[in-house]
Amino acid sequence: MSESSPLLAPPSTWEEFTEGLWKRNPVFVMVLGMCPTLAVTVSAVNSLSMGVATTFVLAASCFLVSALRKLIPKEVRIATYIVIIATFVTVTDYAIQAISLDLYEALGAYIQLIVANCLVLGRAEAHAARNPPLAATMNAIGMGLGFTLSLVMIGGVREILGAGAFFGFSLFGPNFQPWVVMVLPPGGFFVMAGWLLLFSIVRRRAQMRAQENERARAAAETSGACHGA
Amino acid sequence: MSASDNTPQVDAAAHATPTFTLLRALSVVSAICGLIIVGSYLLTLDRAKDNRRLASERAVIKVLPDAKSVKPWLALANGDVVPAGEGDPPTGAVRFYAAYDANGHLDGVAAEGAAKGYADTVRVMFGYRKACQCIVGFGVVSMRETPGIGDKIITDKDFLANFKALDVKLTEDLAGLANEVKVVKHGTKAQGWQIDAISGSTVTSRAVGKGINDAAQILLPRLVPKIDRLEKQ
Repeated sequence: MSESSPLLAPPSTWEEFTEGLWKRNPVFVMVLGMCPTLAVTVSAVNSLSMGVATTFVLAASCFLVSALRKLIPKEVRIATYIVIIATFVTVTDYAIQAISLDLYEALGAYIQLIVANCLVLGRAEAHAARNPPLAATMNAIGMGLGFTLSLVMIGGVREILGAGAFFGFSLFGPNFQPWVVMVLPPGGFFVMAGWLLLFSIVRRRAQMRAQENERARAAAETSGACHGA
Repeated sequence: MSASDNTPQVDAAAHATPTFTLLRALSVVSAICGLIIVGSYLLTLDRAKDNRRLASERAVIKVLPDAKSVKPWLALANGDVVPAGEGDPPTGAVRFYAAYDANGHLDGVAAEGAAKGYADTVRVMFGYRKACQCIVGFGVVSMRETPGIGDKIITDKDFLANFKALDVKLTEDLAGLANEVKVVKHGTKAQGWQIDAISGSTVTSRAVGKGINDAAQILLPRLVPKIDRLEKQ
């Protein structure tokens, strides 16, 4: 690329961090990591725990991948990324066993399955391997928090409707008739679909508003040009 | 083929990463990852062990509420009963817990049973007392049964009443249960060894009965002749 060609300024650390929170939310925008998203979101606590575990794996893996990026030839990059990700998943697995066995039982095999979460390998390959450690880690933490937020949004709705509680606190008293299907596997699909629909409507409205503004500006420019002529 | 046609191949060969570089990258990454895994394993080992022990004790005290201390034992395949040590138990051994009261006397014995439920395996813990030769307590270790339906086994008072004195007497020759523990249709329980199922949760109720029966059939014939050995601890 020639020196005179326009270059896009690299995103700031804050932009790296906020990218995954909303604009490119891993669950509602990129639709990644659906296996834990649908499987463990039966309660807000489980969702938060899975989100925090994934955030740790994501941030630690992206940091190490980024720190070692000049050492890792592209021919063996997938093998090394998977080893790095599996390492931090194992660390998380041990840590959760040490923190709470109840939580470990509740999350079940989905902790180990973080290895296969395409969000983690996707960020390692698409971002961490091409950026310095600070930017890679901040982006990973942002993506992880966006993932956690999405999981809690799904898990919260499922727990409120399916058990009448939020983070274990009963909301509606003993006479509440739980909507049991919400804590069963179909409930995960229903709530996920509801949130995706909401995000889609918001995005479409924003696009329409932007198009209308564009049209109004173009019309104003045209009329201004005609008037000037 | 002209010389110019070969140029890309020559270039590709020239830019290929040397084998040593590939091996070095893989070795360094593996070494770093190995150190991280072993370090975290050593750091969390004691806490994880404590958690497992506490979880077992909690489960035992739930089925034998008078227990003040709990000790794990093994009923070996050869009929012997020995304290459980570290590591995996020998093949065919059944793990159980001896529960002692405040004076150090044997209060009862708790063991786990498991059977296939509606969604997944239902793992249950039951408490056994020598004096009545019966099961005196019941709790669920883990299950993934349908919320609101199968999980009534931990809340339904009528169902839990089955385990106040569930008969698990052995035959005269101590070779097996005199009467198999059986789950019967709701409201038809007539014998001490029968379990009255929850109406609408029959599959999960049956899993509980089968789990207890299968475990008791193996454990009690080995344990009962040597149960005095637990007293002396």
